[in-house]
Amino acid sequence: MSNPTLVMYDEEFQEVNDVIGRLLTEANAKVIFLVDKNGQLISGVGETDRFDTTSLASLTAGNIAATGGLAKLIGEKEFSILFHEGEKDNLHISIVGGRVILVVLFDARSSLGLVRLRVKKSSEELSAIFAKLKKKSEEREKRGSSDFPFAEITDDDIDNLFS
Amino acid sequence: MSFINYASREINCKIVYYGPGLCGKTTNLQFIYQKTAPEAKGKMISLATETERTLFFDFLPLSLGEIRGFKTRFHLYTVPGQVFYDASRKLILKGVDGVVFVADSQEERIDANIESLENLRINLKEQGYDLDNLPYIIQYNKRDLPDVMTIEELHRELNPTNVPEFEACATTGEGVFETLKAVAKLILVDLKKGK
Repeated sequence: MSNPTLVMYDEEFQEVNDVIGRLLTEANAKVIFLVDKNGQLISGVGETDRFDTTSLASLTAGNIAATGGLAKLIGEKEFSILFHEGEKDNLHISIVGGRVILVVLFDARSSLGLVRLRVKKSSEELSAIFAKLKKKSEEREKRGSSDFPFAEITDDDIDNLFS
Repeated sequence: MSFINYASREINCKIVYYGPGLCGKTTNLQFIYQKTAPEAKGKMISLATETERTLFFDFLPLSLGEIRGFKTRFHLYTVPGQVFYDASRKLILKGVDGVVFVADSQEERIDANIESLENLRINLKEQGYDLDNLPYIIQYNKRDLPDVMTIEELHRELNPTNVPEFEACATTGEGVFETLKAVAKLILVDLKKGK
């Protein structure tokens, strides 16, 4: 089944946060999110408390999916960068390593040029981390040591969720 | 595609409500939203037309509690049911972990149900999924209406593979949570197998 579960481990999570944390400073952005293409929030840095991050993640993924559909219709593989300009805040959305979405929210204290430049550099670093993560999951799976926290759950555990 | 985050100890899964136009997919989500405690739910998003028809999707994030120290979150999506929104429907199915097919029990909607179910199978296949290998259940909605088919008839037409099925009336909420629990359980059992 073409349904590999995305798994995030502590080590890579820290690395990812370091990269987007640095990007936040270098691009002078307000908030930065990483979202997977299915709309799940992977991580966020900056003024995340001010935003409904779950909704943002879901809508971003929907946005990328819809533009991806448009791209295919005109014979493009994908549109890898989207930019939304508002009166005060702007969104720069880009696809990283073909599998995750990087969202940068910034205002007049930064500029599109700066954000694009910094995003490009960070994207390469993030791509490398996600490639490593993929390899790690595959290796673990091969070894058969899938350390799913769910491997040992019982029916009772599941039933308890709904009680 | 579920997302397991060891760093924040979270598991995220995606459930899609599929079915023909006006079968009650959005109503299912609205009922769940209304009856869920504020701390267990996020904001419900509906991308709909001015006449309240789903244009792209509805989205409802739910947090069910913890299993073995992991927070389990379910993201509920509906697809736009109207036939001509097929391109959008395909997009919503990306990364799905479980499907609820909401059937309209009214006699005159049986063809629409069959067409939508075929469409679900085709669209899943395009994404590399097989409906028979996915956590999947059927809800026979609108049981309160007068011109409904019997469960036996609906079962014969729509459920040849004998997946779990539920009767519902989404406007009053009957069967809505039973449906959600059943699909969530199937997904968790699937995860347990380490698929």
